[in-house]
Amino acid sequence: MLAITDLHASVGGTPILKGLTLSVGAGEVHAIMGPNGAGKSTLAHVLAGREGYEVTGGTAVFLGQDLLAMAPHERAAAGLFLGFQYPVEIPGVSNLLFLRTALNAQRKLRGEPEVSGAEFLKRVRAEAQALGLDMEMLKRPVNMGFSGGEKKRNEAFQMGILQPRFALLDETDSGLDIDALKVVADSINRFRGPDRGVLLITHYQRLLDHVRPDRVHILAAGRIVESGGPELALRLEAQGYGAIAA
Amino acid sequence: MSDGTETLSRNAEAEATLAGLGSYRWGFSSDIEQELAPRGLNEDTVRYISAKKNEPGWMLEWRLAAFRAWLKMESPGWAKLAIPPIDYQDAHYYAAPRKKPALASLDELDPEIRRTYEKLGIPIEEQKVLAGVEGARKVAVDAVFDSVSVATTFREELKKAGVIFLSISEAIREYPDLVRRHIGSVVPVRDNFFACLNSAVFSDGTFVYVPKGVRCPMELSTYFRINAENTGQFERTLIIADEGAYVSYLEGCTAPMRDEHQLHAAVVELIAETDAEIKYSTVQNWYPGDAQGRGGIFNFVTKRALCRGDRSRVSWTQVETGSAITWKYPSCVLAGADSVGEFYSVAVTNNLQQADTGTKMIHLGPRTRSRIISKGISAGRSSNTYRGLVRVGPSAEGARNFTQCDSLLLGDRCAAHTVPYIEVKHPIAQIEHEATTSKVSDDQKFYAMQRGLPEEEAVALIVNGFCREVLQTLPMEFAVEAQKLLGISLEGSVG
Ligand SMILES: Nc1ncnc2c1ncn2[C@@H]1O[C@H](COP(=O)(O)OP(=O)(O)O)[C@@H](O)[C@H]1O
Ligand SMILES: [Mg+2]
Repeated sequence: MLAITDLHASVGGTPILKGLTLSVGAGEVHAIMGPNGAGKSTLAHVLAGREGYEVTGGTAVFLGQDLLAMAPHERAAAGLFLGFQYPVEIPGVSNLLFLRTALNAQRKLRGEPEVSGAEFLKRVRAEAQALGLDMEMLKRPVNMGFSGGEKKRNEAFQMGILQPRFALLDETDSGLDIDALKVVADSINRFRGPDRGVLLITHYQRLLDHVRPDRVHILAAGRIVESGGPELALRLEAQGYGAIAA
Repeated sequence: MSDGTETLSRNAEAEATLAGLGSYRWGFSSDIEQELAPRGLNEDTVRYISAKKNEPGWMLEWRLAAFRAWLKMESPGWAKLAIPPIDYQDAHYYAAPRKKPALASLDELDPEIRRTYEKLGIPIEEQKVLAGVEGARKVAVDAVFDSVSVATTFREELKKAGVIFLSISEAIREYPDLVRRHIGSVVPVRDNFFACLNSAVFSDGTFVYVPKGVRCPMELSTYFRINAENTGQFERTLIIADEGAYVSYLEGCTAPMRDEHQLHAAVVELIAETDAEIKYSTVQNWYPGDAQGRGGIFNFVTKRALCRGDRSRVSWTQVETGSAITWKYPSCVLAGADSVGEFYSVAVTNNLQQADTGTKMIHLGPRTRSRIISKGISAGRSSNTYRGLVRVGPSAEGARNFTQCDSLLLGDRCAAHTVPYIEVKHPIAQIEHEATTSKVSDDQKFYAMQRGLPEEEAVALIVNGFCREVLQTLPMEFAVEAQKLLGISLEGSVG
């Protein structure tokens, strides 16, 4: 589904990703763990096409398409969703307007008809309830006045409404209390399915207790230094990154 | 070759050019026959205009006095604008459609004008009204086509309510006392260079009178449009809300594309008596010139409201996206005790546009209140200035003002300026001023794009959010138009 090969990328002329190779098949959930500053968010931004992140080598193929050649909104329409480590506030634009505009923009690019107001609201109600989000809150401007945890739940909410093919979740579990973590983990579990992929960027085993990954990778200094099954995360939890040869 | 063919080929050429440019959606020229005043400006021009309109003698005298005063005045130089010299002799000061039928209904309107309205994108609701669809929301459209009103609808229903809604030329003939009493009472003839010129040569405009205790049964709406080449446009609007009356008036504008700069100098006067309320909304969408700054309208407008009665209320809302140069300060003179003035503004400049706009709130009566919300958006190499005056006079005990001026920059070659003037002559007054300048952040843009929005739509959404406080004061169908307009006027400003 997503195949990254020997990816090199720089930010402001500084190389951050230095030959990263990683492949996630349909139906799989992978986790990426790694020390602060390893390049995890950089990877997420490069895959989503953020300006200022210069790809200097390698490829990324998503559902048979050259991901790196596409504009950010085209990647979104192709089914790539990025859950932001730091969700952004947009004053004056309500969450619901934002999401509906985005959904319809994606559908337009895919040649699908606009979603009706009634259908949209039905999805919104169901998803909001599942995530314990207040409808009133969703009418407020995007992420404005939301607590850290609410922002993360809002990312999961948007994923639930947009129904992408692939979710790249950058520390979506950080800043959540135990209950909220459970709620977000449930939404990821509802999302995962045979024709979908998930790449979880996380620091904590506690998320992986709820969302069992197929593969765990350790990213250090811009490359994958070790890959394994779920037990790798447990070992990491016990021993720390120091024990992993970089 | 006949005239018709020539016009046709000229239009085809214009359309081809337009297709190439593609950015000013409403740059078209319709070929309705026109009657033009001779080029130039002197006392004879003034007499010609007055005679064409069958005006009474007092009106001609008023115009002539204005013209003589204007000759001694100079174009103001204090605004932050680079205004190329204007040759006032090189323009026609009157243009009227040659045929001027008295219409029983809009169906009889010249199909060319109807097509023009369609191209203008008059909101669906209004089109339904125009088509006479039953149950359609009532919006009276007093169509000012170039300088002369050629159609007025809903006059009958308004008449029943006692509301007078006419072109100002008609009002001068039919209600001379009302007009004579009020015209120039809010914006005196010598107020400023452009208002004085307008007083001498105003071509047409709108007159509204809402009698005591009447709530105008529909929103009044006028579409202004400049259509003749090289015709200065001098609209004159006078709206009076008598005691306890209420009226909401919408003004929307677009202009066809042209090469030469074109002067527009309107005067709008509003008068609110005791307990009366006037809401005046404008969406200004005139041709801004091309990306190199060629062409475009010069928009020098004097808009002022007099809150004469106690507890009277006037609210100006404007969305300014057009014109090459905008010079405009809708103002409120708060004379009545407890009267309230509001100014909500969105001004967008792109490419080489220049806007110097804002408001004046003149507090004269006790406990008068004013509120100013200004949102300036600059893109390209444009310049956008908010200029606002809050003056509290010696008898305005307990006056209050709140001002919020926000500027949003797109790119780093544009400029935003905030120039507040505050003059307080009474110790018990409360003035608050807040100002912010921000940029559309890369974070916001990327977030919206990651969710599926193309870059320009992402920026348009963020800009609309920035303007929300102002847009939500507009009547619904206008708000939708205005949002679209913001997106259109920022096209090409990113990437
Ligand atoms: N915009 C930027 N400009 C310069 N350096 C950056 C920028 N963003 C991230 N970096 C650097 O890139 C490295 C990787 O950062 P990041 O991908 O955010 O790490 P992680 O998400 O793994 O903690 C760090 O050294 C960080 O300082
Ligand atoms: Mg990170």
